Amino acid sequence: MTSARPVPTRLPLPAAWRVEVFLRPDEFDPEGARLEHGARELGVAALRSARRGRGYLLSPAYSRIEVESIAREFLADPVVDTWRLYAPSESPPAPGPGTRRVLAAVLPGVMDPEARSVERLLVRVERTPSDGEPRVGTFRVFELEGELGDDDVATVGRKLVANETIEALVTDGEGLPYGVPAGESRRGAVTVPLREASPEQLVELSRDGQLSLDRTEMLAVQAHYRALEREPTLAELETIAQTWSEHCKHKTLTGIVEFEGERIDNLLKSTIKAATDRLAKPWCWSVFVDNAGIVEFEGDVGVCFKVETHNHPSAIDPYGGAGTGIGGVVRDILGAGLGARPVANTDAFFVGPLDLPDDELPKGAMHPRRILRGVVAGVRDYGNRMGIPTVNGGVWFHEGYVGNPLVYAGTVGVMRREHVAKEVRPGDLIVAVGGRTGRDGIHGATFSSIELSEHSETLSSHAVQIGDPVTEKQVLDCMLEARDRGLYRAVTDCGAGGFSSAVGEMGEKTGAEVHLESVPLKYPGLASHEIWISEAQERMVLAVPRERVEELLALFASEDVEAVVIGTFTDSKRLELYDRGELVGSLDMEFLHDGTPRPVRKAVWERPDLPDPGCPPSADPGADLLAILGRPNVQSREWIVRQYDHEVQGRSVVKPLVGVRGDGPSDGAIVRPVDTSTRGLAITCGANPEYGDLDPYAMATWAIDEALRNAVAVGADPTHAAILDNFSWGNCNLPDRLGSLVLAAKACHDAALAYGTPFVSGKDSLNNEYRVGDRTLAIPPTLLISSIAPVPDVRNAVTMDLKAAGNAIYLVGTTDGRLGGSQYHGLRGVRGGTVPGADLERAPALMAALHRALARGLARSCHDLSEGGLAVALAESCFAGGVGAEIAVAPVEVTTGDGFAAALFAESPTRWIVEVEERNRSAFESALEGMPLALLGRTTDEPRLRVKDGSGALRVDVELDALRAAHHGRFEG
Amino acid sequence: MTQTAMTSSTTSSTRAPRALVLRSAGTNCDFEAARAFELAGARAERVHTNRLAERPELLRDCHVLFLPGGFSHGDSIAAGRIMGAELRHRLGDLLHEFVHDGGFVVGVCNGFQVLVDLGLLEGPGRAAHERRVALAGNRSGRFECRWVHLRNEASAATWLPSGAVWPVPVAHAEGRLAFAPGAIEEFEANRQIALRYVDADGRDLPEGDAGYPSCPNGAARNVAGLCDPSGRVLGLMPHPERNLDPWNHPNWTRLGERTTGEGLAFFEGLVAAARV
Repeated sequence: MTSARPVPTRLPLPAAWRVEVFLRPDEFDPEGARLEHGARELGVAALRSARRGRGYLLSPAYSRIEVESIAREFLADPVVDTWRLYAPSESPPAPGPGTRRVLAAVLPGVMDPEARSVERLLVRVERTPSDGEPRVGTFRVFELEGELGDDDVATVGRKLVANETIEALVTDGEGLPYGVPAGESRRGAVTVPLREASPEQLVELSRDGQLSLDRTEMLAVQAHYRALEREPTLAELETIAQTWSEHCKHKTLTGIVEFEGERIDNLLKSTIKAATDRLAKPWCWSVFVDNAGIVEFEGDVGVCFKVETHNHPSAIDPYGGAGTGIGGVVRDILGAGLGARPVANTDAFFVGPLDLPDDELPKGAMHPRRILRGVVAGVRDYGNRMGIPTVNGGVWFHEGYVGNPLVYAGTVGVMRREHVAKEVRPGDLIVAVGGRTGRDGIHGATFSSIELSEHSETLSSHAVQIGDPVTEKQVLDCMLEARDRGLYRAVTDCGAGGFSSAVGEMGEKTGAEVHLESVPLKYPGLASHEIWISEAQERMVLAVPRERVEELLALFASEDVEAVVIGTFTDSKRLELYDRGELVGSLDMEFLHDGTPRPVRKAVWERPDLPDPGCPPSADPGADLLAILGRPNVQSREWIVRQYDHEVQGRSVVKPLVGVRGDGPSDGAIVRPVDTSTRGLAITCGANPEYGDLDPYAMATWAIDEALRNAVAVGADPTHAAILDNFSWGNCNLPDRLGSLVLAAKACHDAALAYGTPFVSGKDSLNNEYRVGDRTLAIPPTLLISSIAPVPDVRNAVTMDLKAAGNAIYLVGTTDGRLGGSQYHGLRGVRGGTVPGADLERAPALMAALHRALARGLARSCHDLSEGGLAVALAESCFAGGVGAEIAVAPVEVTTGDGFAAALFAESPTRWIVEVEERNRSAFESALEGMPLALLGRTTDEPRLRVKDGSGALRVDVELDALRAAHHGRFEG
Repeated sequence: MTQTAMTSSTTSSTRAPRALVLRSAGTNCDFEAARAFELAGARAERVHTNRLAERPELLRDCHVLFLPGGFSHGDSIAAGRIMGAELRHRLGDLLHEFVHDGGFVVGVCNGFQVLVDLGLLEGPGRAAHERRVALAGNRSGRFECRWVHLRNEASAATWLPSGAVWPVPVAHAEGRLAFAPGAIEEFEANRQIALRYVDADGRDLPEGDAGYPSCPNGAARNVAGLCDPSGRVLGLMPHPERNLDPWNHPNWTRLGERTTGEGLAFFEGLVAAARV
């Protein structure tokens, strides 16, 4: 008998029928096995076995017979499941000796899509209780066997079963939350006395209300209301805070920066946008003005692309954060022009080392293993359920992301040119479609603009959102049908800031009047301003001409999707909010959108003072190659890729994994957006977190080059590529962080002009610092570049796996001895030296020439060289193709050290290895005449990779199986 | 049957067969499925379950009812459970009658999961809780997206040429066929085992974990697809509609010239059978 059992939470027994469904004891339980594995990782050795059960709570108004038949017919599978039933408020029997129960259920008010699905089913099949309301809740239960101490049970519960930010965790089955949050109505206007407040009080007000407005901004708001001679309402103040947030307004990138004696007025406009403007590509249809960049694909068919960051929500709840990241960016595509059909998703994660010792985890942060598994599952479950293939992405590891993981999600859509333009006309009705509004996600926009801390988990739990992909899929189905029938004139998504941002943006030039009582709510008790700023997911706002509204509402109703008129666009140039007839806010659109003060920020940058380590010698380059193949930033991502449906829609031409065994990491994906055309679209990305601290300018040109050289490698035309920027930086109020951002932005400008590659959209996240006590941890400057580029004819697409023995292996491009930030330096434990930025003068012509050669079908395989350099790329091509290679490599010039190792492992950009059949060699060589090109050797029958040095000595001789095994890695997702 | 009805049915059988691709909340392979039918010579229409429930007579005009893949109702409770329950409630015996009258019902992936739940593979007169076959969670505990090889077995679904081996992708988390005791023997005896996971050369795989990943889910006896005793109801986990084009195959850049993907033959066989 344990006396001091620390029960984490004790909740009242639910006044509901409780059904628990387990797999039969003789059925293998994969979820249980996963928990056992996780427990071993956490050092909970006593856990012998775990079984997972699905739990359902049902209205006490049901009779026992009714619940039994529901359980038997719908909840349990007759072949593989077994189930138990407990009456309302009945204590489950004490688990047997040695058995502990851990239960998790979402807290009241947190989305539970499964429960809503079951409710809809029970209504549909007419199995409701006497009062008509099934009132379903769900929970998860794990039954643990083994001599587990209370600490063990708590560890398993907290780290493997429940996320206590959004879920209640209870042990041994006492109670569970049930029902919707209770709350009295707090509707109506609330005024906030502001005019008489001191600057200090204003700052305090902003902090306490989580408005994230700084002193200057609060003073501007105060001045505005002083001039109006009235106090603001809470709804007005919240609207201003949302609209002016860094997340929505990009105040840093669009602000004024002083850098090394230069005054930069609007960094974004003077660098990235300036390059796009100067390039003035006629195939750019819509850039930087809409929810996504839109470019021509073929004839009157265009493609649009957007990549979003969802960093802070993913730090608090990796699963929900990443899932709603995908959900959000899909809505960007639905909200681009009049809406596009999504054809591909991308994702990129930057997380801490998976082998981080537990005692090095900052207080309040989740372990990188849990973060990565959670975000992968989030993207998987949302993306797969949307029916959009996740075809490209990346994962990078760096200790700088331990407190602040980065999560990027992207979507590509297809649309016709006639659907690019949108307009709102006064008199159009404001129609909200999709999910209901709840308290979820309140203050998401302002939350994402502040730094995380050890308390973020508790303070910001309501900023977390849970997704419901099926609702979003239904919205997609109906919306695109409505688009094709011409039922609306404009659309945007409800993202950060909810209705306040969506309606505020759409009505910026006209004016809008909204009646909040029309908004369907998930549960009662929301205040007026909460309805207005809620970031509940899966909602879109349409501008609908009055004469089409009936047809539009009927269309959505016909597929069980809620659509309601919540107001009217006006010509008042004001945003007017009513709730149950009372005016709760009235804002001047001009002040709302243009009233943000533009502070001047200082920026500096100093190159870190590190000695140049040169190229430390490699005693055994073959062993070093195996070690680098197994490094976190190089090793296989197969465990992730296979969980994503990358085949749905049947458009895939080049997949994320290629080769005879499907284990070769492809440089990019190709999809065929138009069924009747052989034109393809390559989707690629580039990033390198090892470079940013050393040289942000070179890091940016390298990343742009990587995205483009990946595109070239699979057969895409680099002269028609369009790219996106995603900046994630530390706190840019600090001059050194801002200085590196300025340099990276300048690099984007210079590279875009040099390559002739316009940026068409982007997104920044500029407050990625984690505070523990007095210490802050900033992420390394991280620029993700994502690219879309046309493949003129998919029949000439190229994959990276070697195809056959006896072919020539060429190295295209120039290798040099710059090893700063390289994997080889990481392996040797040194840091410093020069980051290999791209040669902007020569790289573009080389890319164009190689593309022309590939488009003529002259290559059998092509692989880009990036992390780990030549040796890693060739090793990957060998094991992917099951074909050996024998090459000779001359040393390159290095400042000090081993020129041969540098030739193998340097990460110089704009390089590829290309496999060419004997009969095509002369054509290939003349296609690349005048370009840096070297014949390295040949592919071989023997399954080995052999590399000789300049003197002819055999320095690397490794079997393909050893290469494959080293690359495969050991981490189990 | 009246003379007019006979004439019209004769006429319609010489025209392109009609396929009705049923979609619901969370269905997402309906476009590519419709395209597969069109490429195979049928006329295809995507129809929401609400429309079919309102106008069940739509079934009368079609030859194939196709249940495509996706995540109907978000896989809530279990994959296919809610849509299966809904169709049972809303269409009930009409589906059994449709099959009895010569109609084809084919389900892929989530559509197969719905078919299993509907009980169409086991014939009429069986309550939901008397079902003897299930699609349970993959042995790997994960969603699996990968290419596999299928072999058409000698089964009642004679429209699939027996012995043919073909590549096709799978993408599912709940695809492990499981049978109540004795049920698989009955399915075998009734020639209801239509498709099996095999190796690239068409050879049998070992059962259980040893067959992974060629059998991606650990299905009993590596079964990938089942049919009903008539051969007109068929379900399978893999997605033939994702292998229609020469460039879908994961190793097409290693293979010679190709004109179509191997999945098209599945639809051609189905359409040809439905035409008769």
